[in-house]
Amino acid sequence: MTQMTSSVESALIPDAVAVERTLAGDRDAYRILVERHSQNVYRLAYRMAGNSHDAEEIVQEAFLRAYQKLKQFAGQANFGTWVYRIAANYAIDRLRQRKVDDSRREQPGRDSEDGSDIDPLAQVRDAAPSPERLARSSQLARRLEQALQDLTPAERTAIVMRHWDGCAIEEIAATLKSSTTAAKNTVFRAVQKLRMALEPFAEGRQAAKAMGTE
Amino acid sequence: MEEQLIAFHDGERTDRERVSAHLASCPECRAALEKIEAVFAAMDAMPVPDPGENYGQRVWAQISSRLPERQPRWWESFFAPRRLVSVGAFAAIVAAFLLGRLVPPEPGPGNDTKIDTAQVRERILVVAVGDHLSKSEMFLVELSNAQPNPSSGTLVNIAATQRRAEDLLEENRLYRQTALQEGDQVTASTLDELERVLLDIANSPDEVTPARFESMQQRLASRGILFKVRVIQQGLRERTKLQQKPAQKPMQQNISRRNTQEGNKA
Repeated sequence: MTQMTSSVESALIPDAVAVERTLAGDRDAYRILVERHSQNVYRLAYRMAGNSHDAEEIVQEAFLRAYQKLKQFAGQANFGTWVYRIAANYAIDRLRQRKVDDSRREQPGRDSEDGSDIDPLAQVRDAAPSPERLARSSQLARRLEQALQDLTPAERTAIVMRHWDGCAIEEIAATLKSSTTAAKNTVFRAVQKLRMALEPFAEGRQAAKAMGTE
Repeated sequence: MEEQLIAFHDGERTDRERVSAHLASCPECRAALEKIEAVFAAMDAMPVPDPGENYGQRVWAQISSRLPERQPRWWESFFAPRRLVSVGAFAAIVAAFLLGRLVPPEPGPGNDTKIDTAQVRERILVVAVGDHLSKSEMFLVELSNAQPNPSSGTLVNIAATQRRAEDLLEENRLYRQTALQEGDQVTASTLDELERVLLDIANSPDEVTPARFESMQQRLASRGILFKVRVIQQGLRERTKLQQKPAQKPMQQNISRRNTQEGNKA
């Protein structure tokens, strides 16, 4: 019964109270915050990392860092927003590190960052035939995933926060440690690159429409 | 123009009408906007795998052992200004401890020193905790029944209520820790719940909207904390009566069991 009561109670305890209790030395109170916000942080982490393994590592590290910095939080904002930002910052660092590692390896034949070495014709050829619509959509998903990976860490963060999580430009700017104008430009650049990477699919779709196969 | 279209799609308010008017007359820009929309549609279609309902618990299991202990140094916690209000509670606990040590055992059949010591300590604590619970009950009743005056402005000032909550909070922490040390899980558990309620109030802004004030009252009601406090008070009263009768079975167990049963009924 104690367990049941505590889980019911946990659901009613506001974040600010759980933070206060954690700071007072009640480590178990932090469990409430972890359990409450993990899913949301995971969604961000997955979109930033593109795979579950990295996403889970980002989530764990974000909550560990948040615990260590909890005194700095001191009720200044919503805990969910705060830990989300910590996760975003950590995810950017990881992405940057990965870019550095990748560039050191200099893998031959890998797509360039702006996607300019994609063969649009091949994409259109794949796109038009009617029985392959399903395959095309999975190709589109793969292309989008690749295009997201090719974004710079800042661009990926900006587009994930802006589009998927509806964050305000000011919040993105705070995460990127840039001005709001720069943050806005980063979002624009990200959309522009994605649009260019997906252009062949859009053209294929228009062609398919014109051919009456879609 | 692409930047403006992205901003337009993003819901940017500046120049919205102008861009809208332009789109109506420019098929090229409409096509460009469609492409931008296609990017966002593709993004929306990207799934995020569900990590599972118990994901939060899993994360906790993975990180909890890596969290360092966060223990305030005892002199910091004792001499912190807010702690000073609970000197009375602290004094009661010290008195219970010292009296338990110093009061000599009464001679009599079946009485040994250990029982006497435990009884004297417990009696003092029971009175002190009972007094704390009475004050808490009064506070909760007043808060539950308070009706914000709509003519006094749009916000309700709860600064005085918060100060009372803070005072009770400090006492409550000491009594909860003592109850835990004494092995009285039922009292400790109710004091723990009371502490959360008091923290909730103490941490609210000084001024709240009437709607938020009402939601605070609703939270109090939904937690049933007033009822739980009364149950514990009743238990303490019975414990006091039992203490006056020597050679009873261990009282704590009886009371704990009774309270658990009453709690289950609740």
